[in-house]
This record gives sequence, structure tokens and C-alpha cells, in this order.
Amino acid sequence: MAAVVALESLLAAQTLWHAGRTASLTTDGEPTGHVELDALLPQRGWPRGALTELLLPADGVGELSLLLPTLARLSRRGAPIVLVAPPYLPYAPAWQAAGVDLMQLEVVEAPPRDALWAFEQCLRSGACAAVVGWPLQADAAALRRLQVAAGSGACLGFALRDRAQADNPSPAALRLEYRDGGAGAGAWRVRKCRGGPSPAQPFVPALR
Amino acid sequence: MLWACIWLPQLALDAVLRRLPDPAAPLALVGGPAQLRVLHAVNEAAAAAGLRAGMRLAAAQALLPDVAMVEHDPGAEQRWQRFLAAWAYRHSSLVGAEWPGCLVLEVRASFGLIGPWPRIEARLRGELAALGFSHRIAMAPTPRAARVLAGLRDGLAVEQPAAMQALLDRVPVRRALLPDDAGERLHRMGLHDLQGVRALPPDSLRRRFGLSLLEHLAQLYGEADDPLTYYVPPDHFDSRIELECEVESHTALLFPLRRMIGDLCTCLSIRDGGVQRFVLRLEHEEAHTDVEVGLLAAEREPALLFELARGRLERVQLDRPVLAMRLLARELPPFVPATRDLFDARLQQALPWPHLRERLRARLGDAAVHRIAPTGDPRPERAWQRVDGDALRIAQAPPRPPRPLWLLHRPMPLCDRHLVVVSGPERLESGWWDGAEARRDYYVLETSQGQRAWAFAPPGEQGGWMLHGWFA
Repeated sequence: MAAVVALESLLAAQTLWHAGRTASLTTDGEPTGHVELDALLPQRGWPRGALTELLLPADGVGELSLLLPTLARLSRRGAPIVLVAPPYLPYAPAWQAAGVDLMQLEVVEAPPRDALWAFEQCLRSGACAAVVGWPLQADAAALRRLQVAAGSGACLGFALRDRAQADNPSPAALRLEYRDGGAGAGAWRVRKCRGGPSPAQPFVPALR
Repeated sequence: MLWACIWLPQLALDAVLRRLPDPAAPLALVGGPAQLRVLHAVNEAAAAAGLRAGMRLAAAQALLPDVAMVEHDPGAEQRWQRFLAAWAYRHSSLVGAEWPGCLVLEVRASFGLIGPWPRIEARLRGELAALGFSHRIAMAPTPRAARVLAGLRDGLAVEQPAAMQALLDRVPVRRALLPDDAGERLHRMGLHDLQGVRALPPDSLRRRFGLSLLEHLAQLYGEADDPLTYYVPPDHFDSRIELECEVESHTALLFPLRRMIGDLCTCLSIRDGGVQRFVLRLEHEEAHTDVEVGLLAAEREPALLFELARGRLERVQLDRPVLAMRLLARELPPFVPATRDLFDARLQQALPWPHLRERLRARLGDAAVHRIAPTGDPRPERAWQRVDGDALRIAQAPPRPPRPLWLLHRPMPLCDRHLVVVSGPERLESGWWDGAEARRDYYVLETSQGQRAWAFAPPGEQGGWMLHGWFA
């Protein structure tokens, strides 16, 4: 009997799932704002209190457009959104036009060696609704720290990294990789998602 | 009125001991001229070895060679008395600090707020112990009587004037803190307690001892008013700690820093104020280094202030030894505690955003955390601005064609063989009035990697692209 309980608790914690069966029905994810992407993800949205990794071939392929519906909604709810060491200047008129409440958008400038520290502090604090970071020299241990920090701060963490890291294992709860389909028809492919098998079909964002 | 007297038997010594990491080691305060050095005060460990106040320095060193010597600063006692008066001011609005080595405070008015006398007394004792000052406390209906009782026995408290008078009647004349040497003279005359003195005819007493003795007795027994000057809190904070030796590392500065920040916060909570800007002055031989600590909002949380000051301090290169440290806060603005919803679900170790922001600024620099806001300028590089501090609102940007989410710090050449023009041009001619004139045609381009670029070319051309942003 005890073994049955243990198995059920494992299933509930989503560390274990039934192979071949559709993913668990806990749909407590933070909606991404893209209906097709929500449908692909096992939690029907970004995993809460966890790190999400976006793997990019280059900057400016649509990574912000993917996040903006979520960031805009969270910022209008009155919780701070933090950008830690962004690679370029976030351009205020465009962010405002995308619906982000700029009163809640905080930009943290940090040299590369302090950026990871600042990223972790923001995740851990519990003060932020979402933290977006560009960890340049993050190894698996550093990502592990970020993932734990996101868990203890119960906030959405987004790590935007180079696609070259795609083959390295990562503790992030969700990994999305951008694949360029040519002629601007790129797609986001789910490399890993906690709580279910990775869906086979990619998410094709609407044309920008 | 009921007066509590806090008698501080070794104020000067405690002021030195409280800043030492190991107060139990033998220590003596030394004073007097260079030819005749005498001990001013000794701590417990030194007293156990036979050292006494008033002993010659040579004799003390013969008894206990490894006793630590600290120069006695005659002004220190007064300074610390003022500091403690500031502390006492939070328990009572009437605090007198004119008598050397003791404080008197009116406590009856505080009963309604804090509770009956035993609770107040326990609170005073607890806080004094935390501050590191040994003390004796007594309470009586007149301030002078409280002072006399504190000298007699620790913890003595009388509430009723009749009981106080009965108690005072039995006080030995030499312990009644009479003016000048009246106590000693009365004792030699065979008068042993105050009852006997009060039984004498006042006229003859005045002839022999002057008016001051009669006034003292009247004020002691509550028959005349006691004109005390009350403490008024200062509107700035200034504290200085002289270090034991020349310090060249940050870690040795942290202990005194923590004490100073604690004192600052004590001062702030008394004033019900906060601090937004203070200076840590590291004093060297003939020069000093200032470490500015500036916050975006007034704070008074000791742990937070210490962490921020520590962050700022550790960024400073110490190229010369530090002899003393001073903390100066000139402005103490009112402090508005952050309001929190009672039903707000908060995490165990959650840190509110203002505290997180200060922590980030302490390590990354004052300008590291900012917000962004649009401006009305049509030139893209000037159409946004940084917002430092707490802006009340952010204006709406004027309507324009789609703008990229990323802007480059400065435009750079875009080299790509397979650029595709998606839309454009958008002609921009502006800025002739301030010397930074811009004449550009902006296009949205798609690169071979699938990125969508915002680039400009000279008017009328399609080439020589300058990349200015990414539609990310």
C-alpha cells in the first residue's frame, strides 16, 4: 500500500509520468498569450516558479515577441518585470506600444561577471513577477542555481542563450529552440518540458 | 509624575568595551598628564587581577603586563550620555541628561503606552544590555530621589510620595548626593540619615551649609519643583569610532561598521525618521576617504543598511591604513514604511522590490537599476530616456510607425548579402536645431538568419545600411 502512495505522489510531483499517455492534466502554467503554444505545453503555459530557456541562433529572431504578451500582462498586474543585463537597449516606445506598463519594467545593467549574480538575486527575491536574463557564461551548475532560485522566489525566469548550448543538458523546466525555416518562417521547437513528453510539432509564430 | 533614573556606573569604559570584539579581555582606560599616567577605569578582568581606578600606570603594568590600554577621552562620556538620552527619548518625552553619569526620564506618561513599571523596567534593561551599557535603575516620584535610590540599590522603585519620604528618611547622608561636601560634613557632625538633617531648624542649616542644601532637600522630597533642562533630539547623526590599530582590510572594518549602523538605526527609530544618504568617512593619516551611500528611498532597517554600506565599502580600494571611521548623516527625512496587504500571500524569504533594488545598486553601482520612458523627440536615439528613482507616471509615446524592441547603443554597419526589404522607407529629417541633425531613410530588413532588422540608409539610397535596432 505504501508503495502505491509513493507512486502517486511521484506522479503528482510530475517527476514521473505515464509513457504514451497524454501529459498530466495540471494546467496551472502562466498563459503564454499564444494559443497554439499553450496547447503544445503540458502545463498549458510557462511553468511557474521555474526557469525557461530560449535557445536562439542570433539576437532579434522574435524572442521578445514570444515573451511580450506574458510580460505585458504581468506588468499591468503591477508586479515588477526585470531585464538583467540586456544585450541592447530596450526601446521604450516599442515596449510601450506592445502593452508593457513601463512603470513596472526595470532594467538592471551589470557587467558579465555580475550578471549571473544579479539574475539569481532577482529570481530568488520573490519581488519580481518575471525576470529575463542573458546568462552568457552559464554552465550547468549556474543554471541549476538559477532554476532553484526561480523555484524559491516563485517567479518566471527566462534565460535567453545561444543555440550552441542546445545539446548541453540543462536543468531548466522548459527549453524552446528557435529553428530557422528560411524566408522568415522560423519555428519554436520544444526541446524539453517538465511534466510530459516533448511535443513533436513546433510552434510557428504568426508573421511579425 | 514618576521618574526613573538610569545610573551608568562605567559609561566611559562601556563605550570602549562595546566596540571591541572581545570585551572580556583585561582592559584599562588611562588618563592624566604624560608624567603621571593613572588608570581612569578598569574592566572586570583587569579588576580581578588587582587593578583599580586611580592606580599609577607603572604599578598596573607590573601587576598585569598584558592589559590593553585605551586612552581616556574626557569628552566621550558626555557624548555617550547624549547618545543614551536619544535612546531614552523613545520611552519618554521628558528626558534629563544634565547630571553626569545618569539619565532621568518621566515614566508615568508611558504607562498607558508600554505598560506598568516592571514592564518598562524590563524593556529598559533589555535594550541597555543589547546596547552594551551596564546600568542601575530606580524609580521615585522626584528625579533627585530616583537618582539617590539608583545609587543605593539597583531596581528600587517607589510610587507613592509618602513611601518615598519614609525611604529617604533612612538614607545615609553620605549617600544622598548632597551638594558640595555637605554629606561628609553632616556625617562628621553625627547626623547619619536624612531624617536627622530634616529635623534641624532650616535657618541654622542655611547659615552653615548655604541655601543649596535646603533647595536640594526640598527638591529631593518633592516639596519644590526641580528645574530640569530636557533633552531635545538633534536633526542629524554623527558618530565616530577610533580603531584600535591601523586597519588595511575591509573585514576589520565590518564589526565597527555594524555597531555604527545599529546606532544610526536606534537614532532613526527614535526620531521616527529614515536615512536616504549618508557618508562613511575612513580617516587616514592626514587625509580621508569618503564612501557615499545613497538610497532611492528612505530606509531604517539595520540589516539592510549594513548590507548596503558593506557593499559600497567593499568596492573601495584601501591604499592607506584606516585609523578611524566616522558615519555622517546630515538629513534624516521622514520614513514611510511600505504598506502591505494583510492578506497578501508572501513568501518566507521574500524581499520587497525596493530592498532588492538597493542590494543590486550597492553591488553594481548607483546607476545600474533604472526604468525607461519614451520622449517626444522623433530621432530614435533620443526618443527614449532613462528614469532613475521613482517616477510618478510615464508619459505615452506619440503615435509612430512600428518601432523595434531592441535599439543598438549606436548604429553600426549591417553587412549581409541577402537582405530583403520588408517595408520602408520612413523618412526622418530632424534635429537641425541642436546640431545633431539626422537625415535618414529607415527600412525594415530581413537578414539571411531570419532576423528582422531596423536599418537606415542615406536619403534616397538603398545601400550602406546602418543597423539601428532589431524587431526581436
